[in-house]
Amino acid sequence: MGDVLIMNEIDATANRLGIDLLQVDLDSIQLPPGEDLGIISDDEDVYEDDDQEVESGFGNIIVVDNLPVVPKEKFEKLEGVIKEDGLWMPVDPETQKSLGYCFIEYNTPQEAELAKEKTNGYKLDRAHIFAVNMFDDFDKFMKVPDEWAPPEHKPYTPGENLQKWLTDEKARDQFVIRSGTDTEVLWNDARHLKPEPVYKRSYWTESFVQWSPLGTYLATVHRQGAAVWGGANTFNRLMRYAHPQVKLIDFSPGEKYLVTYSSHEPSNPRDANRVVINIFDVRTGKVMRDFKGSADEFAVGGTGGVAGVSWPVFRWGGGKDKYFAKLGKNMISVYETESFTLIDKKSLKVENVMDFSWSPTDPIISLFVPELGGGNQPARVSLVQIPSKEELRQKNLFSVSDCKMYWQSSGDYLAVKVDRYTKTKKSTYTGFELFRIKERDIPIEVLELDNKNDKIIAFAWEPKGHRFAVIHGDSPRPDISFYSMRTAQHAGRVSKLTTLKGKQANALFWSPSGRFIVLAGLKGFNGQLEFYNVDELETMATAEHFMATDVEWDPTGRYVATAVTSVHEMENGFNIWSFNGKLLYRTLKDHFFQFLWRPRPPSFLTPEKEEEIAKNLKKYSKKYEAEDQDVSMQLSEQEREKRRSLKNEWEKKISEWKRLHEEEKMERQMLRDGEASDEEEEYEAKEVEVEEVLDVTEEVEE
Amino acid sequence: MTLITGSADQTAKLWNVETGAQLFTFNFDSPARSVDFAVGDKLAVITTDPFMELNSAIHVKRIAGDPADQSGESVLILKGPQGRINRAVWGPLNRTIISAGEDAIVRIWDTETGKLLKESDKETGHKKTITSLAKAADGSHFLTGSLDKSAKLWDARTLELIKTYVTERPVNAVTMSPLLDHVVLGGGQDASAVTTTDHRAGKFEAKFFDKILQEEIGGVKGHFGPINALAFNPDGKSSIRSYLFFVI
Repeated sequence: MGDVLIMNEIDATANRLGIDLLQVDLDSIQLPPGEDLGIISDDEDVYEDDDQEVESGFGNIIVVDNLPVVPKEKFEKLEGVIKEDGLWMPVDPETQKSLGYCFIEYNTPQEAELAKEKTNGYKLDRAHIFAVNMFDDFDKFMKVPDEWAPPEHKPYTPGENLQKWLTDEKARDQFVIRSGTDTEVLWNDARHLKPEPVYKRSYWTESFVQWSPLGTYLATVHRQGAAVWGGANTFNRLMRYAHPQVKLIDFSPGEKYLVTYSSHEPSNPRDANRVVINIFDVRTGKVMRDFKGSADEFAVGGTGGVAGVSWPVFRWGGGKDKYFAKLGKNMISVYETESFTLIDKKSLKVENVMDFSWSPTDPIISLFVPELGGGNQPARVSLVQIPSKEELRQKNLFSVSDCKMYWQSSGDYLAVKVDRYTKTKKSTYTGFELFRIKERDIPIEVLELDNKNDKIIAFAWEPKGHRFAVIHGDSPRPDISFYSMRTAQHAGRVSKLTTLKGKQANALFWSPSGRFIVLAGLKGFNGQLEFYNVDELETMATAEHFMATDVEWDPTGRYVATAVTSVHEMENGFNIWSFNGKLLYRTLKDHFFQFLWRPRPPSFLTPEKEEEIAKNLKKYSKKYEAEDQDVSMQLSEQEREKRRSLKNEWEKKISEWKRLHEEEKMERQMLRDGEASDEEEEYEAKEVEVEEVLDVTEEVEE
Repeated sequence: MTLITGSADQTAKLWNVETGAQLFTFNFDSPARSVDFAVGDKLAVITTDPFMELNSAIHVKRIAGDPADQSGESVLILKGPQGRINRAVWGPLNRTIISAGEDAIVRIWDTETGKLLKESDKETGHKKTITSLAKAADGSHFLTGSLDKSAKLWDARTLELIKTYVTERPVNAVTMSPLLDHVVLGGGQDASAVTTTDHRAGKFEAKFFDKILQEEIGGVKGHFGPINALAFNPDGKSSIRSYLFFVI
């Protein structure tokens, strides 16, 4: 993160001045008014927003209404129910009875909000249900005017075409890179073998950037919240989403909603962190729903990652951003976006559910329940239809130690990797349950590797295809096997296509259009790359990007980007390769943090039209080949021109120097007491003919 | 023929090359680093490192024809650069001295008055320590190599920046071919980091660049350590490389 760079400078400065940073109360630091230390804040006007925490000083007070009216004697009893200190129950001076409401003050606004959430709707008895509100909210409600005034009619201003980048004449793709404090968006101009800048900005984001799933927006993350940027030819800020201390974001697949997450330290250090999740409507910026609670509620199924939860907490499914679901304790909570409430107003109860996964295309959830009761209740994998919650398919699995689910990108297949204990329970072996989702009754097939004791290092479905690849094995150079769910010989059965033995690979990267795959050896293998053609089952090229940490195909499947990020100290930067492994160009950038291709929305072409284009590819490609030829000639001409001018400039310099040297000759001789030893400095180039006997043959005349 | 050497023992010495005899010792208060004879060999320039409270300096000494007449006095002492001065050489006709070092600035000094005549521009010049400097045979231009992973070619009279050669490694040594338009850069990691990293991480290569086009032509691999010194064989056809390596 860019923070690291700045932190290093701060550390160095602190060390130099002998200051212990841990003793410094950062919150007490105040910049002199008007001073911003040269760091431009993108969101200065946010400070003037009134939907930020209002500095009224009353942000930590709640009002509890609908209390029973009680005489003074009963005060203590009532107070005991509500809270100890910071409570003020106003009294009617005439009757000496409470007025039926009280004010409670907390240490922080966050605690007040939490209290409000917890106590609003609390039933003291049938007649008294607490109505709890923030003190500041009253102000807001009081301000509502009595007369309804129709909203102002704003003239329609058409927005920019946010999809303009897709109409690039040269059919190029964009990518964003972050290095140091800069964030830059560039075109991948493969013809000219270099990137072409689109937009660059320093301090554009305060931590990372992320594209929306269809590529329309670039999201940036700041202390006060998130923002999205986009436009026709440049990047303007389109919308802001207030969420103080946001750490992670996630878009819904159709880009309609943005989910933001933050985690806050609790006032009692023994409690879990407090989590705040907001779901915004991307275009209007409106909060559709928020979720607040303790980190325990959001970290079911294992904590992990930077923020302590497995992100994203809410997984989207069902197409068209219809549903989002969260894993809970013994349940899966599925919400729909019509009303942002739970389907049927309740969660799907599944005892001991460990993990779930949406189909990428259909409203189906696959879930896994582990083995229970020491083998009494077997593990199982289920497919559940949403919203009906009907179980479509189920399979019991025995002796399971662990399980992982992999959906194929078109929702056609689900592979479940199952680790099973051997009879002795001392080790595990792995197999796959393969579900054919689109076929009647969803048949399941079991697949075991040739050597079933092999550890599975990686698994990946071919996007939009019927094949998958597996890296398996225990040796330092594992094997890679390719299987197909559907071959000419075996239509309804999975069959192995080939096994590549002893490869330096630990990661699989299929092209987004299938057919080709990069077998990558990252981390310990230091950046080995093999570009493999799965149709022909042959290697197209092997190459290396020393110390590569990331590999990403462009959205069209024409190019591959490999990058070395700042995890490593040296060699930071990225390479662009063609799909068949030819290195096109290389860019070095110190302190390199991110490389992300700009995603593309799915094609509007019907499958028939796509087939027609594939058939007539020669006709369509003629035009582009001609253009490529032109550019290539142009490039050579430019190259030649550049060389010519560089040589000319140099010649001029040389002759100038020669002239001066000649002029100074006399003086030099004098410095050497009359010795004309210039010649000793000069080297002579002599052409020498060397004869070398290569071979001797004898020809004998008959 | 006379040889001049500078040493961390805080002296510079004159030697008779044929007999190997020591002719004279110049004493300093800090390690002596770079040495160069002027045209005509009547003057020499010696640089000294910063040491304790002393700043680095450039000393000009008169070299007597007869070693018996040699004096240790400095004709001129130039001060100003921050940090170590890694190289100081004579400009054409001994009218100037060119210095470069840790503060990444190339300076041209007037030998007569001792005044600073020119300084390289901070924007276009090197960004990190200049480790090495090599003059062209006729002294009209010179090459500097720097830890900022680049080498630059300058006009010795005007200090105009003419060429920049970019590489992926800090540059420790530079040299120019006397015959062809080649520039060789040698480098790698700092010596202190050598033993703690993979030999490939340091990528110790000597790289050949086209002097005019600023493009890399090729490299010579096969070193275990960073390259610290380079020189072309006077016939211009081969070069020697000195490098640092540890055998455990």
